[in-house]
Amino acid sequence: MEALTLLAWMFDGLLGLGLLWLAWRALTCPDLFRAIVLFIAFGLLMALAWVRLDAPDVALAEAAIGAGLTGALLMAALAKLHPTETNDNLSVQAEISRPKGRLLQWLPVVALLLVSAGLGYVVLSLPPYVTGLSAEVAANLKTSGVDNPVTAVLLNFRGYDTLLEMVVLLLALLGVWSLGGTELHRDTAPGIVLDTLARVLVPLLILVAAYLLWVGGHAPGGAFQAGAVLGAAGVLLLLAGWRPRVGLMAWPLRLMLVAGPGAFVIIAALLYMIEGQLLEFPTAQAGILILVLETAATVSIGLTLAALFLGGRPRNDKGLT
Amino acid sequence: MSASFLYALVGIGLFSLSLYGLIVHAHLLRKILALNVMGSSIFLVLVALAKRTNEAPPDAVPHAMVITGIVVAVSATALALTLMLKLTAETGRAELPDDQRESH
Repeated sequence: MEALTLLAWMFDGLLGLGLLWLAWRALTCPDLFRAIVLFIAFGLLMALAWVRLDAPDVALAEAAIGAGLTGALLMAALAKLHPTETNDNLSVQAEISRPKGRLLQWLPVVALLLVSAGLGYVVLSLPPYVTGLSAEVAANLKTSGVDNPVTAVLLNFRGYDTLLEMVVLLLALLGVWSLGGTELHRDTAPGIVLDTLARVLVPLLILVAAYLLWVGGHAPGGAFQAGAVLGAAGVLLLLAGWRPRVGLMAWPLRLMLVAGPGAFVIIAALLYMIEGQLLEFPTAQAGILILVLETAATVSIGLTLAALFLGGRPRNDKGLT
Repeated sequence: MSASFLYALVGIGLFSLSLYGLIVHAHLLRKILALNVMGSSIFLVLVALAKRTNEAPPDAVPHAMVITGIVVAVSATALALTLMLKLTAETGRAELPDDQRESH
């Protein structure tokens, strides 16, 4: 037992050091391409840290979104930033600007050491054991319609947060579209490896998304993780050169993008009329209502993430040849 | 000290590193990267402190908040990257202009 504890401590210590080192390298590496690769590695280590902290739901979301999608977005932005470079030669040296003068150089370092010391003191002065809200969650889990406490919090106890988060996602996409987007032009066809990989992986990813959505009711998983996997499938399709048919781009796409927040608003309004409370699920129907909401949310999140990666607003009939 | 404090302290270290990166770098892609590391560091502190439950399963409310936060962070990153690309297309530089250079 003693040796196991020591091993766990060593693992935690190494993981912490690894996180700090990777973050430092990602922030200071002069080569932007390498910095992004280091950031993706950092995200994967973060997923390990979530597992160590008994947060498998967060680990799933981090691995799919924090490491995967954010990395893909950063890579795509870097490629668009230097469109003349070929893919093999994306290593762009960006100057690390340093302020002139010794005092100005050390001022932020000293200030940040003080900030770290203050924050560290605050954290260490917190009580070592608290129950937080876990007792309340456990007491109300029976009436929530699901067995996974994280899903219960997201979809039932704090449904407002999730509703507004869906709106934030939609707003971000509207912002990207309003800016006119920045579509990645590639003239070369994707290689046969990528094409085949996409054909095999995309159906598998859709299956994984459906599984995560279903399993979220009683085990780690849920709408966000499933949506992220669906978004990854979309990114893979887009990278392989697939573009949706023009007929799908007008209202079917928009309808699916608002399906998540729309379903939330409709169910909230119906519940308000029947129960007199917004998003206050009756215990008997809570499970099925949550499943409906999660399904709609998964489709919307996945599509929104893929659309954010695509960047440009889908052109309608006029703009296409 | 338990493992949750260790991870919380790592989170604070990451926060300081990323804040330094955010201040020092002028290139906007680096600033966006630093902001993402900063977000992760704050999530780490939240989830680490949620584990102070002494053998019982950790508090699910911060976990749910962090999942929400991760999704919001990626959408904000996408918007920020688009803004950066538009600025670069407009000015030719992926940096915000200095105040002094602006006044002429």
